[in-house]
Amino acid sequence: MLLKMNFTQQRRVRLAQGLWLLSWLAVMCGAFIFCLGVYLKTELIRRDEVMDNTEIHVVPNILMMVGLASIGTNWLASRVCQDSLDASRFPRWKVLLLAWFVVAALLCYMLIAVVVLSYALQGSLEESLKVGLRNGIRFYKDTDVPGRCFQKETIDRLQMEFRCCGNNNFKDWFEVQWVSNRYLDFTSKDVKDRIRSNVDGRYLLDGVPFSCCNPSSPRPCMRYHLTDNSAHYRYEYQAEELNLHSRGCRQALIDYYMGLLNSTGPGVISVILIQMSVLLSLRYLQTAVEGAMALEDPEGDSEGYLLEKGVKETIEDVKATVLNLLKFGQVDPSDAEESPVAADVDKAASPTPAS
Amino acid sequence: MALMLVKFDLKKRVKLAQTVWFMYWFAVMAGVLVFSMGLFFKIELRKRSELMDNNESHFLPNLLIVMGLITCGINAFGGKVCYDSLDPSKFVKWKPMLKSFLVVCVVLNGLLLVTTLLCFLMKIPLQFTLAEGLRNGMKYYKDTDTPGRCYMKRTLDLMQMEFRCCGNDQYRDWFEIQWVSNRYLDFSAKEVKDRISSNVDGQYLMDGVPFSCCNPSSPRPCIQLQMTNNSAYYSYDHYTEELNVWRRGCREALLSYYGGLMNTIGALVLLITMLEVSVTVGLQYVNSSLSTLVNPEDPESESEGWILEKTVKETFSDIMANMKAMGKGGKVDEGGDAPAES
Repeated sequence: MLLKMNFTQQRRVRLAQGLWLLSWLAVMCGAFIFCLGVYLKTELIRRDEVMDNTEIHVVPNILMMVGLASIGTNWLASRVCQDSLDASRFPRWKVLLLAWFVVAALLCYMLIAVVVLSYALQGSLEESLKVGLRNGIRFYKDTDVPGRCFQKETIDRLQMEFRCCGNNNFKDWFEVQWVSNRYLDFTSKDVKDRIRSNVDGRYLLDGVPFSCCNPSSPRPCMRYHLTDNSAHYRYEYQAEELNLHSRGCRQALIDYYMGLLNSTGPGVISVILIQMSVLLSLRYLQTAVEGAMALEDPEGDSEGYLLEKGVKETIEDVKATVLNLLKFGQVDPSDAEESPVAADVDKAASPTPAS
Repeated sequence: MALMLVKFDLKKRVKLAQTVWFMYWFAVMAGVLVFSMGLFFKIELRKRSELMDNNESHFLPNLLIVMGLITCGINAFGGKVCYDSLDPSKFVKWKPMLKSFLVVCVVLNGLLLVTTLLCFLMKIPLQFTLAEGLRNGMKYYKDTDTPGRCYMKRTLDLMQMEFRCCGNDQYRDWFEIQWVSNRYLDFSAKEVKDRISSNVDGQYLMDGVPFSCCNPSSPRPCIQLQMTNNSAYYSYDHYTEELNVWRRGCREALLSYYGGLMNTIGALVLLITMLEVSVTVGLQYVNSSLSTLVNPEDPESESEGWILEKTVKETFSDIMANMKAMGKGGKVDEGGDAPAES
């Protein structure tokens, strides 16, 4: 027996009561995990337009599923607790309990997977943002193209809210035509010069949109002729730091999302611990109560354990059961050999004999 | 003839006490709500106190905070009294002070009503404070090197972006003040000299606005300088251009924000006042029903409960007589038994 413990009637009652409270706490934790998933999902959807793929959405999706499943599972555990001290009502839960343990273990595993994924998917998020922002900057000027007409507003609000400029830095705006052709006077010399200065015939300028301006700058924002020191009084392009936001939007968004995921980390880990303790306590309660029901004096002492046999033997038994199930329809000449295995398998599946 | 007389037996008394106890818990939470609303309002005023010349009146949020704390305390005490009223032995120790406690409750309800009124009325002084403060704020926009005012530019820029407004009443307010600091003006340039000599005060005025006035929803990159010059930009007419900069004035924007906040707080405090009145009435019923037991020894006997022992008129004249008697102090009076009645 693995981790055997002795239970008097009073200890069984206390265990059942404590576990009832713990399972309600676990229900609330499940609700918390669900709300966390919903919050993360809405935050990701809000910035949908600057993201290229939705791989990162797997994290909040798993959180929401696990949250809902854990609410149901732990509510079931509390019902089992309520019935556990009543010898007439407990036996009907027997069949369900094995499935319950499997589901609870699966939930813990998925929560651990979420924590791992939220770090592993950082690279994918970065790629997605890089492509999304690049497209956003390219389509900034297309305010008359249906489907892209809100890119300008999206990028402007993003840059103002996150205090960033461009993809990596503000120079990204120098490489893209962000002024629509509708507002360019093609007869003027300046426009014709600029268009001729590059292969694609784009109107490129060393200027940025107004949303790149940094409100903390002591000087009114300079956003045109940025590389020309003589265009502004007492202006030095290399030394000017506060004029525009220095951070790139990709870095700003990644910092924001990683911050969100990191701050939810401790919460998820504590939920994992609570779920594990519910699982272990319910196993002890199940074995202790079943042991007590098998005794002549139901109020006497019984033993509770995690596994009836050692870990190795249990694994062997489980393997045998699975193989047996696979061989199901096959008629086997050595029937006699099968029956002791079948009896063993029965014992492993429901560790204490049903009365 | 008592006011709103109701007959009580034991079951009804128990139910009444339980209901009033339950309502008192809601009232405690309501007190916490009032306190937190006062705190929130105070923080919101502090956040923008620069724009109001640090002149804004904190009277209303302070009052809300104090009222919230007092309401919490009184309701917790009332709840305890209700809880004990089910047990005659425990109730005996509360009986003597219950009458004065009820008077305190009535006074508190009156104060809450006054607070509600203030919430709706304090918008008017706030409007004047905002107008004055914003006008000064715009004047100090360029003074980013003056200690004490160096953050005015950032505050104004962030406010214009957040509230989607420009200038005091409209964007042209920026045309009338110099918002570019002299440190960044080249006084040897002809253009600068022209502009400075064009007005009496020698200020560098221009038909331009800061970048924070720009509207992101505009289909066109923002035009913030030389706004009244149609020929400076291709296909631009400043009379018909609507989406370029925010058209709303910041005074109106801030006022509607704070006005909405104060209206919400006023409505909530009104609801809480009504809750307080109902718990006070409930406690009065509990008190009166437990004092008028037909058979004082038998807790299961019938009793009566009322809001006022006599009619409103009689109670009022009793109170006046009481006050007159107290006013006459230690003087011995023939009608000496009148003040003894309560």
